[in-house]
Amino acid sequence: MTTSSTTSSRWRALTHHHLFWPVAVLVLLLLVNVPFTPDFFSIKMADGHLYGSLVSIVLFGSPLILVAVGMTLVIATGGIDLSVGAVVAITGALACSYISDRSDQGALSGVLLAMGLGLLAAVVCGLWNGFLVARMGIQPIIATLIIMVAGRGVAQLITDGQIITINSEPYKLIGGGYWLTLPFSIFVVAVVVAVTVVLTRRTALGLLVEAVGGNAEASRLVGIRSRRIKIMVYAFCALCAGIAGLMISSNTSAADGNNAGLWIELDAILAVVIGGISLLGGRFSVGGTVVGALVIQTLTTTIYTIGVPTQTNLVFKAAVVIVVCLLQSPKFRAKVFGARFGAGSGAKVSGKTAAAPADPAAASEATPKMEVS
Amino acid sequence: MAEPRPVLEMTGIVKEFPGVRALSDVDFRLFPGEIHALMGENGAGKSTLIKVLTGVYSLDGGTVTLDGEAVRITSPLEAQQAGISTVYQEVNLCPNLSVAENIFIGREPTRMGRIQWKQLRRQAAELVDRLGLDIDVTAPLSSYPLAVQQLVAIVRSLGTGDGTGDGAGGGKGPGTKVLILDEPTSSLDRDEVLQLFALMRRLKEEGVAILFVSHFLDQIYEVCDRMTVLRNGTLVGEHLVRDLDQVGLVQLMLGKAMGQLDELHEHQLHSDAGETLLVADGLGRTGGIAPFDMEIRKGEVIGLAGLLGSGRTELARLLFGADQPDTGKVSIGGKPVSMSAPNDAIDAGVAFCSENRKSEGLVPDLTVRENIILALQAARGWTRPIPVAQRDELVAKYIEALDIRPANPEARVGQLSGGNQQKVLLARWLITRPKLLILDEPTRGIDIGAKAEIQKLVVSLSEDGMSVLYIAAELEEVLRLSHTIGVLRDRRLVAQIANGPEITTSRILETIASGEHQ
Repeated sequence: MTTSSTTSSRWRALTHHHLFWPVAVLVLLLLVNVPFTPDFFSIKMADGHLYGSLVSIVLFGSPLILVAVGMTLVIATGGIDLSVGAVVAITGALACSYISDRSDQGALSGVLLAMGLGLLAAVVCGLWNGFLVARMGIQPIIATLIIMVAGRGVAQLITDGQIITINSEPYKLIGGGYWLTLPFSIFVVAVVVAVTVVLTRRTALGLLVEAVGGNAEASRLVGIRSRRIKIMVYAFCALCAGIAGLMISSNTSAADGNNAGLWIELDAILAVVIGGISLLGGRFSVGGTVVGALVIQTLTTTIYTIGVPTQTNLVFKAAVVIVVCLLQSPKFRAKVFGARFGAGSGAKVSGKTAAAPADPAAASEATPKMEVS
Repeated sequence: MAEPRPVLEMTGIVKEFPGVRALSDVDFRLFPGEIHALMGENGAGKSTLIKVLTGVYSLDGGTVTLDGEAVRITSPLEAQQAGISTVYQEVNLCPNLSVAENIFIGREPTRMGRIQWKQLRRQAAELVDRLGLDIDVTAPLSSYPLAVQQLVAIVRSLGTGDGTGDGAGGGKGPGTKVLILDEPTSSLDRDEVLQLFALMRRLKEEGVAILFVSHFLDQIYEVCDRMTVLRNGTLVGEHLVRDLDQVGLVQLMLGKAMGQLDELHEHQLHSDAGETLLVADGLGRTGGIAPFDMEIRKGEVIGLAGLLGSGRTELARLLFGADQPDTGKVSIGGKPVSMSAPNDAIDAGVAFCSENRKSEGLVPDLTVRENIILALQAARGWTRPIPVAQRDELVAKYIEALDIRPANPEARVGQLSGGNQQKVLLARWLITRPKLLILDEPTRGIDIGAKAEIQKLVVSLSEDGMSVLYIAAELEEVLRLSHTIGVLRDRRLVAQIANGPEITTSRILETIASGEHQ
């Protein structure tokens, strides 16, 4: 009894961890590639750089991870930010057009100034979103729709409707360069993720964000200055999108106001959802979002490696996304796999669990021997 | 005017929920052409009875006859088809559509699948006219105040019968035999209430039986003919309104005969209470509570007594800035406080535990620990997190002091029982060391043990110099704890009585019923 119950309670603790299902899906998707590309997991060293499918998944997924991390905080407050794709375009356009106007495109000072300018524009966009949502009380989906639509126009104004190409070594580093054998983007992503985790979990920001998203009225009555928090979160989300914008334009050494970051907002929202975060707001996990973004990038890679016909790409992607979302739903899991996987924590897709006195988690902690499975 | 045969008769109604008998053996009858009040405190079973009647809940026992025939109503739609219409407190209409569209929504006159707009507008205008209402049916509903929207909701509910009714209006009489009005007046002002009453009387003349629920005693006495009183899910009695005065009614509702009440004065009230903490001067809010003056001293417990909907909560919310006052001013510790947001009150040392634990208190997804530190953390701002060691110590201390179970700071607060959730809320505010603690129904829906603990806590807090504003439905509770008792009636603070041995629950009851303190 004791051995079987400890194994089953460990197994239960594992399956109830909020990252279990996202990670399981990611691993599954990675494994699907092996029969098609047997050396999928191998990483080779060439020219002092590491190459391999895993490295490229992280490299190509970098902008999405950045945008999704910012989106996580916005969604945790119960909002949404549709403008991130346009912010990507604006940032890239500003930075590239500034660099292209300089006589010496490779000068480090000019490149830093260009990046600063782009990021500043991004933050201004975010403050505008935050102002509309928090101060004017406009629904987030509408408020951010404004920059989503108008922002692309602004980006094209900046580039004069052209695709601006530049030739700047320092700028190329952000999205296309290597450092310590790895793509430089990976370091950028690591720093942004680390900063986000520290900012939300080492201060009280994360708690207050979750409170605002979890119960707005209770937060007001407890004295949380939720407007300030919302404005901050939208600004941060735009800043993340701005960094992604620099990365994308740096990778191609070009600014395309029309296509840079197109539909990235939808992939980012999807990444957040796959990471197990409720669109209703409340609890969030940056780790979940990173895994979610990697799932989406892996899915895109998989579609190419297993040779899904191009025309059916999107349908295939949609099918996988549906399966992932169903797996995230405790209600669905309870129906299909029985109560073992169903109840308890995990994604909050189905809303609230009843306030039953017998909380499985709490009960199992208090009296592990009484478990029935 | 009562006819020998009731239009609706409910006999031996039983409704059970897991672990609770919400209605046991309740009889209820309704005669055509009468306005009948359903009375009882919160949880007495009024809304359960209405929901059984309208098919929202199924019966667990008893029979319902309509016009002498036994009926089984299993859905709100069936209730409507049988001629039972309901208008709820919140207007369930579409503000962006016109009045006429709202009246006929879902049953528009059509020909060959096309809506006959002209006919729809004409019929709506006729219906409105016949009921003596002056409403332009082509205007959007949102252009009218809430009261008129309420009237439109009633007009709409009248039209929903199968059209076979034989109301006195001739031609297209309403099919409605029974009209249920569930607290229609709670957000209306005096003139609007009169408008509603005029419509109700008109319908009564047409032979409609009206079931009226309201927390305002004066309104009951103004418009109703008969009343049925429920308490704890059982029938207390059916009376003609003219045979039962307000004092008698309040006694029936609360289940106390005056004079037989035990006097409970456990904690001695020190008369030399400390300096003044809070002064409210002419504080009021339209639709909330009439302007009132109040003074709270340091270490004083002020209890608010009054029936549900008398303005207890509204008063408390004004003192916390949860609602913004439109008149009057507040000063705390001698300094004026603007009360434009809860932050102003919190900064001045006021704490507020809402009666709605779920919607206005807890963040159910967060843990016990996170919920407990939320107020303190909000006051410190996001950049200054409470140091982990200090936080865990504080949380552990209050979990132990208030005996929160399970004593696990990591448990999700949504999964705790009601009493423990209440203790989490108390802990949240106690760690901020407030000067004034406002408790709105802190003991509602929690078990006896937890109730006693919370009351003891209030006494000890007061002895330590904290002022407490205490709201409870049970008079004994208010009387036992308070130094001063504020009595509310119909959204007005009618009396502030210094507690003492001569003050009994019957005195308070009289004040509630009469609106005056002798």
